Amino acid sequence: MAHFEKASSITEWLDQRLAITTVKKVMALEYWIPKNINFLWAMGMVLAFTFALLTISGIFLLMYYQPNVDTAFDSVNYTIMSEVGFGWLWRHIHGVAASVVFLIIYIHMFTGIYYGSYKKGREMIWLSGMLLFVVFSAEAFSGYMLPWGQMSYWAGMVITNLFEGFSPDIAGGIMNAPGLVEWIRGDYVPGQAFLSRFFMLHVLLLPLVIIGLIGLHFAALRIPHVNNQDGEEFDYHEAAKLYKEGKTKESKVIPFQPVFLSKDVFVLGVYLIFFFYLVFYHFNFAMDPVNFDPADGLKTPAHIYPEWYFLWSYEILRPFPKDPGLIAFGFAQVAFFLLPFLDKSDTVAPANRRGLFKYWFWIMIVDMIVLTVMGKLPPQGIWNHIGLVAAVVFIALFVSLPWVTKNENRA
Amino acid sequence: MKNELKILGVVVIFTAILYWGVEPFAHTQMHKHVDGEHFAYSDLNESTKKGNVENGKTLVMGAGACTGCHGIQAVAHKAPMDAATAVSAYGVNPPDLSTAGGLYSEKFLANLIENPAHALKVEHKFDAAKGKMHPMPAFYGAGGDKAQEIADMVAFLKSIAPKEISPKNAYLDACGRCHANRYGKLDQLGETPTFKSETDTLKHKVAVLEYQDKLKAYMGKLPPDLSIIIRARSEHFLETFVENPQSQLEGTSMPRVGLSAEGFEKVKAYLTQTGDPSKTAREAIGPWVLLFTLVFTVLAYLWKKSMWKDH
Repeated sequence: MAHFEKASSITEWLDQRLAITTVKKVMALEYWIPKNINFLWAMGMVLAFTFALLTISGIFLLMYYQPNVDTAFDSVNYTIMSEVGFGWLWRHIHGVAASVVFLIIYIHMFTGIYYGSYKKGREMIWLSGMLLFVVFSAEAFSGYMLPWGQMSYWAGMVITNLFEGFSPDIAGGIMNAPGLVEWIRGDYVPGQAFLSRFFMLHVLLLPLVIIGLIGLHFAALRIPHVNNQDGEEFDYHEAAKLYKEGKTKESKVIPFQPVFLSKDVFVLGVYLIFFFYLVFYHFNFAMDPVNFDPADGLKTPAHIYPEWYFLWSYEILRPFPKDPGLIAFGFAQVAFFLLPFLDKSDTVAPANRRGLFKYWFWIMIVDMIVLTVMGKLPPQGIWNHIGLVAAVVFIALFVSLPWVTKNENRA
Repeated sequence: MKNELKILGVVVIFTAILYWGVEPFAHTQMHKHVDGEHFAYSDLNESTKKGNVENGKTLVMGAGACTGCHGIQAVAHKAPMDAATAVSAYGVNPPDLSTAGGLYSEKFLANLIENPAHALKVEHKFDAAKGKMHPMPAFYGAGGDKAQEIADMVAFLKSIAPKEISPKNAYLDACGRCHANRYGKLDQLGETPTFKSETDTLKHKVAVLEYQDKLKAYMGKLPPDLSIIIRARSEHFLETFVENPQSQLEGTSMPRVGLSAEGFEKVKAYLTQTGDPSKTAREAIGPWVLLFTLVFTVLAYLWKKSMWKDH
């Protein structure tokens, strides 16, 4: 057993047992962040904070929510909204945060793509981030089931139907999965078993996975370090030495705490103004009116659409016939994972300094927005054609990426 | 700093385009556009007659007139049948007329007395030529000038209507006989009472269910509970739908309600009370929270400035 001296202060006592001074140094005071960054580098903190808001508001909602098909709707819309003190506030925070978190995720993701922060040693950051995106999507979807309104029910029906697989006449039915949809639902249609299991996923299993993945995502940053605005590679030891010698102006790094954090907190403040404006004055975009009609299996809503953050991938499914649609949809789900491997360039730099990739990036952004808007519009007339073209462009962009980026190495 | 603002500009512009596309623009494409007329009922006949309250009273209260089916509590006239019997007899429970003059448009009331199926816009359901009569018979005149008599009846109804009608009563009289509102603790028979014994609770429930069955037979389906309709439909939809249900939902068996603009505001106020009860608290707390975040941001900015001074 280690030898312990009598401690003269609480800090010392804790330090002897937990090495808190070292932990603080490693995690904060001497965790070096490049200085050459802009506010987009604060999106990680904004996301972590939004996730905390979701967790805390979720805990309060969990105390009154009833996962029962007969009482779920009223427990949300009556009990929480009018009987529980500030229940409405927690619900609005939860609903708005669930939508806004995806806006920030997309900004965070496209920041990574723009600055090339997914390659040359940073692959694990990118992959763990993409895993987080997938699990966040599952978390959002399962949460959307819980109020048991019309959109919960019908979106649940439509999305679980995707697991039917391909038509039975494709490849001798090998890709058709009879009974899988029913196994997922626990019933022939969404019902009590369906609601109970999505409740479990939403409040237990998926949050656990998310917390684990956030740990992995942070850990993945440690060795390759955070990228900077110019994709510049420099010696962190050298830079850190300069900083510690007091040459803070010459050094290329800043410590996480308090210098980087001070900027993070400022950006967080600006974000919170926007966020709480939405919570109090502009929340309908996140709380669809259709979901304020109780679930009714006999009454299909005129328009069934997913929440806005799923629309682009929904639109890659929709304009095609069933089987090719499923393939395209599957491709859309994995495409972003493949990014570090499809990008054949060694250059880490902002997209605007990267030859053809510059066009690739902006076309991708515009295409994603077009897909998202078309995914919401009724699939009629011109919208269908635009949607189809945008879906084909999306696939073509990923397929062509190796050739788009290959020539950069020569320059 | 300039660079950061430029980047922020790019993020904001793309976000705004995205928002515009999936919200305002998508909604114009998904929903039928209906122009309201602010409860003017321009399809109905205008009357220039000035009504005589005394004569109106005789006509309304006379033998075989309105009070044969309708109660008028304001003048201590009880409805001839209770709700359950009335719904069996007519398919729908005839309303008490006490507040009619205060809630409904004068023009609508006059046209309703003259030709109910037409004023209510349910001629697709009740076509006299095919022998399908509306349960409320048209007024064929009491021997004098029919238009004058109708004006008199409307004048009488207006004279007895209370000066102030509460949002809840407006809702009960205009919507409550067909639509329940469980968050407001209302069923089609009125306020849902609380009983000490379970037997009585169940008896009441059975009475409501029986009433609802009759209503289903009359309307084709049970009219939806309106507890939270204020959040399930846009304000514009509710206004144009109440003004003319056929404009939004062709063929619906819901009759035109005939509310005046003020009457609709009262009903809307009640629907907001039950469907969006946090509105007042939200609007009261909102500015303070925003002020807090603003102060927080200013302080954070000062902190950031001092931290980055030597970097």
